[in-house]
Amino acid sequence: MVANLLARRGVAVTLVDATGWHTYQPSFLYLPFADRVPRSQGPLYSRRVSTLLDGRVKVVVGTVTGIDPVARRVEIAEGASLPYDWLVLATGTAYYPDEIPGYPEAAHHFYSQEAALRLREALASFRGGDVVVGVTTIPYKCPPAPLEFTLLLDAYLRRRGIRERTRIRFLSPLPRAFSIEPVSEMVAPMMERRGIEISTFFNTESVDAGARVVRSLEGEEVPYDLLVLLPPHGGVPAVRNSGLGDRSGWIPTDRHLMRVLGRERIYAVGDATDLPVSKSGVAAHFQAEAVVANILDEMAGREPSHAYTGRVLCFAETGLGRATLISFDYQHPPRPPVPNRVLHWGKLAFNVLYWYTVPQGRVPLRGVTKVGAGARPVEEEARVGH
Amino acid sequence: MNEQTVKADRIIDARGAYCPGPLMELIRAVREARVGEVLEVLSSDSGSKRDIPAWAEKAGHEVVGVFPEQGYDRIVVRKAK
Repeated sequence: MVANLLARRGVAVTLVDATGWHTYQPSFLYLPFADRVPRSQGPLYSRRVSTLLDGRVKVVVGTVTGIDPVARRVEIAEGASLPYDWLVLATGTAYYPDEIPGYPEAAHHFYSQEAALRLREALASFRGGDVVVGVTTIPYKCPPAPLEFTLLLDAYLRRRGIRERTRIRFLSPLPRAFSIEPVSEMVAPMMERRGIEISTFFNTESVDAGARVVRSLEGEEVPYDLLVLLPPHGGVPAVRNSGLGDRSGWIPTDRHLMRVLGRERIYAVGDATDLPVSKSGVAAHFQAEAVVANILDEMAGREPSHAYTGRVLCFAETGLGRATLISFDYQHPPRPPVPNRVLHWGKLAFNVLYWYTVPQGRVPLRGVTKVGAGARPVEEEARVGH
Repeated sequence: MNEQTVKADRIIDARGAYCPGPLMELIRAVREARVGEVLEVLSSDSGSKRDIPAWAEKAGHEVVGVFPEQGYDRIVVRKAK
């Protein structure tokens, strides 16, 4: 979207992409429960990035291995490197399963095509027992996804007639099921009604594949027959190796202007940043508008003057054909409506409409405000969480 | 020496971070700390003074105290095991 919007304004843009495919990752949530795996010539739920881009954007397929902000160069695997005048880092998230001992051998997840397909097979042969679903590191991508997965799992097991033989436990490192309190207050009773047990303050320390238990820093031990744990998240190696990230590899970024803090002519967008908002496509979408407008400001010799408002919006599945809508920004906490069928169909419709609207920048919602030339918006206390 | 003046081995300045940031920062520090060390979290998030002591209690660490300061709270925890 950044590339398209800039190219349309006559800026020469090169997009470096590791695979050349753009994947709609939210669909992985449904894959473990799918009756059939969709047919696809390339990766699932994906299109070639070139088909989504303005013809003027140059595409380079390769993995970014380093960034040199002094020489203003991006290093690409196999020794190539590209110079830049302005750089936008949209490098996203990497998974670090080795950070939890025992994780790679024992745990399933649904945050990649391969993992979701493996989990689908494990579920197909599951006949009942203890299923444990857990969040490990915070932050992680698409915050409601683990809860959505758990509720969809409950519905799936009922459909198969094995729910009564299955105990579902949800592990949260926080004092509640979900970071945002109003959402947690809505979801927790729903989980209780469906017989899903919630263990709070459970910070996963290790998995013992032999004994089939997961252990927490707090000293608890939870047995499992099927374990679904989010992979530990962090910034990508290229960011970590270049010294642009914090300890977890997230890029310190101005939460309004989207400029990388302490760097010139570098912006960051989406999951790669350290912003206190959801790591989700919608946040990146609204941030992208600010990035584009601010780069155009700088090119014209002005101070960046467009501020991302912290806006996030997401449909969250609650199972049984219903969904809710979570919407907030830096100044307005979310008040999710009672789950209903319309929002579930809204989510399914968006999963298709995405391809025709988002990458092209054709969504009529805005998450950016104009600030006075060069002025920073007042730092207001965010109330989205606690 | 009273509780207010217990000297921290490490101060975690999480002011300006929102929940669960301060708690997660403390958990990370507890993982790295040695038994007996005192960790002090500075948090401007109003939920921290409730959540951090609750977590410490569950995890078996000692809550030395919660001290309100100008615009933030100082929450002091001793790693007990």
